[in-house]
Amino acid sequence: MSQPFPFSAIVGQVEMKQAMILTAIDPGIGGVLVFGDRGTGKSTAVRALAALLPEIRAVEGCPVNSARPDLCPDWAKVVSKKMISRPTPVVDLPLGVTEDRVVGALDIERALTRGEKAFEPGLLARANRGYLYIDEVNLLEDHIVDLLLDVAQSGENVVEREGLSIRHPARFVLVGSGNPEEGELRPQLLDRFGLSVEVTSPKDIDSRVEVIKRRDAFENDNAAFMKRWRMQDKKLRGRIVEAKAALNLLKTPDSTLRDCAELCLALGADGLRGELTMLRAARAQAAFVGDAEVSRDHLSAVAPMALRHRLRRDPLDEAGSAIRVARAVEELFGPLRAAAE
Amino acid sequence: MLPPLDPWQRALLALRLLHVDPVGLGGLWLRARPGPAREAFTAQLAGLPLQQRRIHPGIGDVELYGGLDLSATLGAGKLITRAGILAEPAVLTLTMAERCPAGLAARLGQALDGQGCALVALDEGAEPDEQLPPGLADRLALFLSLDDLPLSAVSETIAGDFAAARARLPRVALPAAILADLATTAAALGIASLRAPLLACAAARALAALNDHGAVEVEDAQRAVELVYAHRATMFPQPEDPEQDQTPPEPEPQQDDRDQGQSDRIDIPDEILLEAALAALPRDLLAQLAAGQSSRATANSGTGAARKGNRRGRPLPSRPGRLDGRNRIDLVATLSAAAPWQPMRRAQAPHHAALHIRPGDIRVKRFQETSDRLLIFVVDASGSAAMARLAEAKGAVELLLAEAYARRDHVALIAFRGETAELLLPPTRSLVQTKRRLAGLPGGGGTPLAAGLRAAMEVALQARARGMTPSIAILTDGRANIALDGTADRALAGEDATRMARLLRAQNTPALVIDTGKRPADALRDLALVLDAPYIPLPRADARKLSAVVSAALDT
Repeated sequence: MSQPFPFSAIVGQVEMKQAMILTAIDPGIGGVLVFGDRGTGKSTAVRALAALLPEIRAVEGCPVNSARPDLCPDWAKVVSKKMISRPTPVVDLPLGVTEDRVVGALDIERALTRGEKAFEPGLLARANRGYLYIDEVNLLEDHIVDLLLDVAQSGENVVEREGLSIRHPARFVLVGSGNPEEGELRPQLLDRFGLSVEVTSPKDIDSRVEVIKRRDAFENDNAAFMKRWRMQDKKLRGRIVEAKAALNLLKTPDSTLRDCAELCLALGADGLRGELTMLRAARAQAAFVGDAEVSRDHLSAVAPMALRHRLRRDPLDEAGSAIRVARAVEELFGPLRAAAE
Repeated sequence: MLPPLDPWQRALLALRLLHVDPVGLGGLWLRARPGPAREAFTAQLAGLPLQQRRIHPGIGDVELYGGLDLSATLGAGKLITRAGILAEPAVLTLTMAERCPAGLAARLGQALDGQGCALVALDEGAEPDEQLPPGLADRLALFLSLDDLPLSAVSETIAGDFAAARARLPRVALPAAILADLATTAAALGIASLRAPLLACAAARALAALNDHGAVEVEDAQRAVELVYAHRATMFPQPEDPEQDQTPPEPEPQQDDRDQGQSDRIDIPDEILLEAALAALPRDLLAQLAAGQSSRATANSGTGAARKGNRRGRPLPSRPGRLDGRNRIDLVATLSAAAPWQPMRRAQAPHHAALHIRPGDIRVKRFQETSDRLLIFVVDASGSAAMARLAEAKGAVELLLAEAYARRDHVALIAFRGETAELLLPPTRSLVQTKRRLAGLPGGGGTPLAAGLRAAMEVALQARARGMTPSIAILTDGRANIALDGTADRALAGEDATRMARLLRAQNTPALVIDTGKRPADALRDLALVLDAPYIPLPRADARKLSAVVSAALDT
């Protein structure tokens, strides 16, 4: 299938779509983790996102999509100074991937045929300034997870092996999806995802029917279907671009910062990453809806997805983390508290 | 409504559908032991329109995705890669599908989703919990079970030419009403995944193409439902919500009530589709549902791959070595080792144009892997304190799972009471699954300690075969009073328990005896001695204390 399913045509799954849009507005949020049952459209949404993202400007022929000619790594020997537009890279990290393939390795062909030592960039290079998508992230081999943790933290891929000493920028938005029944995710990796959403299949008949209808139309009447939804996608892309521009002008009042800290304290979220991510997500949310100032509403809108996976897990508490976050938001920002202030 | 098909007819119909649209349907899950019926069936897969590849559960990534052809590369002196099986569209036949590991299932699932592949999974599982991984089963439209089929039922074969039907397929229309009915029926049968109705749509289209209908008709949809939904159903249809439907709730949805007043929200085909699905439901569905275990509740069972130290795990620096067919070459290290000698060797043998690699240059890969640990809780569910003890054990299991990711612990839970022991939680690392499994726990009855130990030993043996390191934690407060054969004979019961304990000891399985009674019991202390296990009296153990004690005792 050449074209992915259009993003706007995904029925329901509001939270997942919102999280993905927020990372498109501010890649610094640091990725989305989508956990849910089989057959709920996780992969579909990620593929759709790839088609939705605005293009980036990059140096022609640069293996790491550098934004300026002087940023090209010297090992790449990029000669062209020409800038071209290319789609935001969305790179798939398949489960069976080898370490060489991820970080890059000695270019065996050149080593064998010409006896040269050259670096062949891996998936991390290709994903720079874009997205790295891992389907079934909870089944990923541990040593690959270790690699990713390190790179996602530093934003730089350092290869010291086989006599090569190479470094290149690797800033990407990590998108993972998986089914929690097949295994848990390592807490360290969990923490690297800025936002986390849980998806379930729609419960009401009407939206289920609608899903089937759209998918069927997509597969069997592709041209008409794409035409109908391409406009919607284009509009959404326009809004993302506008929000990106608006992000810098956005004001963050001190009271919002305070709310942010209070909420994290009340929930006992580990570390400060939760606060920072929530604030960034709230800013992106404010920019997306077109407000000039980040307010409590924006915080409440993004709190569940920013904090859900950072709570200290209490297995004896039957309520899920999402409910705990919602409860805390209600207590702190709810009508009662507002009235008291 | 059409009468349901007999099993062989249904098998033939599934085959025909596969011939019409293998990729759209995803494929077929065939549950059958090897035998003449399966032979007769699989022989007819030869005519499928795509090329066929056979794979097995132990297949590696190089075979799937392609990779370097080492001998050809070294011989030719230039890079020669081999294309993997998934490189081009194909019908993959997966043998022994019940042993398919989760990783392979995920890879195949991705191939089915986007790369125009179809899968025929030959599932030879003997036990109900040995079956195709659910992630794969979800993506395959068709399911057939040929287990009970006598050879006499295998009569005809399918006729040859499906090209015409394939040509008709893109033009088949799917009326919106039928589409909606297919979706509604799936929901009524408790099928959560949205892939099921999509696959049913594909099956209905293929049927219409096969029957030369211009658009999907009710009978096509009915057969599609029979083939696609029956094995996925997780519940019998509930009566409609009162707001949606004014008909009174009907206790037996199978009964034909088309002449009763129907509201206009539901039209007749819906009812027909539901009936078609119900007619094809597996006979033991009720039993499965009663056991609180839907057909997809068991993940990961039946994967029997033992871990091999030199194949996977954390890479260690490679070492000089010989290729003995088991270890893997580290190509880059080999080349680096050979590189400095090239000019010299070239001077020695100028007629040899390619690289000069000598056996001494070969470097082999090494991996280090620590095996996963399995903690088996054996909990006494007898007598009065049973409920509290089980609840605490459950809490401890969940706590350990929640805390112990880094230590890679798996946890299993066995409860013994009455006359037997029961494996309540098979070895798992999933907190989600644990919560679901342990929602309700039974308690009360005698103390069949020996049976509990035997169950623990079985789980431990299985776990060891899968490359895990099992440990056993026994929680009880009393003496054994039920023997292995179920008789209430205190002396015999004690003897049996001691015998099982000796067996466990002989297997070198580390254990831990936790006495939850108010007063320490000598019998348990003796049992701990036989097991060579620490004996910990812990009256009024709560979940946190329990998990702390268990971790501390087993970590040393």
